[in-house]
Amino acid sequence: MDMQNFKTREKAAMAEPKIIARDVNVYYGQSQALKSIELDIAANEVTALIGPSGCGKSTFLRCINRMNDVIESCRVEGRITLEGIDIYNSGLDPVLLRARVGMVFQKPNPFPKSIYDNIAYGPRLHGIASGKDELEATVESSLRRAGLWEEVKDRLDSPGTGLSGGQQQRLCIARAIAVNPEVILMDEPCSALDPIATAKIEELIDELRENFTIVIVTHSMQQAARVSQKTAFFHLGELVEVGETDKLFTSPEDQRTQGYITGRFG
Amino acid sequence: MQNSNDHIVRSFDKELRTIHEIIIRMGGMAENQLAEAVDALVQRDSAKAEMVRAEDAKIDALEEELEAAVVQLIALRQPVANDLRAVISALKISSDLERIGDYAKNIAKRSIAINQMPPQKSVTSIMRMSRLVQEIVKDTLDAFSHSDKDRAIDVWHRDEEVDEMYTSLFRELLTYMMEDPRNIGACTHMLFIAKNIERMGDHATNIAETIYYLSTGHKLEGKRPKGDRTPFQILSAEEDNGEVEI
Ligand SMILES: Nc1ncnc2c1ncn2[C@@H]1O[C@H](COP(=O)(O)OP(=O)(O)OP(=O)(O)O)[C@@H](O)[C@H]1O
Ligand SMILES: [Mg+2]
Repeated sequence: MDMQNFKTREKAAMAEPKIIARDVNVYYGQSQALKSIELDIAANEVTALIGPSGCGKSTFLRCINRMNDVIESCRVEGRITLEGIDIYNSGLDPVLLRARVGMVFQKPNPFPKSIYDNIAYGPRLHGIASGKDELEATVESSLRRAGLWEEVKDRLDSPGTGLSGGQQQRLCIARAIAVNPEVILMDEPCSALDPIATAKIEELIDELRENFTIVIVTHSMQQAARVSQKTAFFHLGELVEVGETDKLFTSPEDQRTQGYITGRFG
Repeated sequence: MQNSNDHIVRSFDKELRTIHEIIIRMGGMAENQLAEAVDALVQRDSAKAEMVRAEDAKIDALEEELEAAVVQLIALRQPVANDLRAVISALKISSDLERIGDYAKNIAKRSIAINQMPPQKSVTSIMRMSRLVQEIVKDTLDAFSHSDKDRAIDVWHRDEEVDEMYTSLFRELLTYMMEDPRNIGACTHMLFIAKNIERMGDHATNIAETIYYLSTGHKLEGKRPKGDRTPFQILSAEEDNGEVEI
């Protein structure tokens, strides 16, 4: 292969979306929660999922790391690929998938363990850090990247549950980062936080974007507008519109998007 | 999804309506000011001209009222999408209307000066030009109140007619000045009046562009319609404050 050809190929590979969803249908028993979703999620960008309650945002998010597998009645159809690999039909181990695609939930949910062990848990489980020194370094760097290190470095042995809500959420983000994932899914990560804690998380999300691909569900239009590059609007199980966040919040294409983001229905 | 176009928070709609109504009122006043100012010129009625000068303060006051309403709405509601475009457009349109008002005031001032001089032949042409611009301003306001992008495009194209009229009026005035140098003072006032009316047309064109953006979310593409540019260059140094005594 000549050099020119190689370069164009490399370029094309770089432009390839990190995650591709094609014709994704999700059912809980008889009722359909997602209808033929088609969505590309670009690497190193923040994609915000917005839409009224019950429209299927969390369901879609959970498809990306197969968290729906544990829900008895839930059935997922269609194709979701992570870097071109079909995450449902390629024999990929869901546990390994979840190491590559981490998740942060609405309510901060630190383990009832020390701050240190909260972070060390994942790397130990996946055998990422070999030896005490390396593990310590991983804990510190994860806490630093989550912007929590300065606040907790003197009390790594105290329980994670003793931190404030905002600190707990950053702890959960640090825990997600510790296993070095490629994608971080966040389901309303700030809904239990005050404005200052929220601002810190938003700042953090913006920094994390450099190294991770982030998909965030939020009910705050302003938050979606502030943190994301792409926004996807879901309504009644359909993906109505997806596009550049700037564009979507100034001139959305679809009337339903406009109605929702301007507070005319919800 | 609700069928209605209303916000869940009703006071939001009320605030948007208030802003809309202020624009409509400002527009009506600006249009009227132009008509009155040219009437004062045609009828050589200095008292009327004085009234036009005084009325302008009301348009300025409305603009301030609108600005305050917009600032408050942005602070309280953080508008997005068509709501955001509505408030940003309101700000832009109101400043265009305020400028139109200023030009009317300037015409009134000049007509007071012209009333001290012998009657001018070019008044008829000024009247024709002013009628056209009044119509354009009126259509622009109609386009605004109906968010009618097609009418906005229509108005936008008609600015060309205004420019052509201005060019021919410019030539007409030049001949009068060459005929008899004693005409130069009055003709210069007439020239600036014509220029003011032409500028009003430009502001109406701005408003048409804003309306298009407001209703579509896209900029009106393409070059602005423009006729002969020579007379504009000659007058470009003029300040439109009406204080110039010639
Ligand atoms: N475990 C479940 N079992 C049955 N139905 C479910 C389950 N989880 C979600 N659903 C249904 O699927 C639909 C989508 O729910 P989902 O939680 O994805 O919505 P959402 O957009 O995240 O809403 P919210 O903004 O309230 O979190 C809803 O109708 C919901 O009732
Ligand atoms: Mg949810």
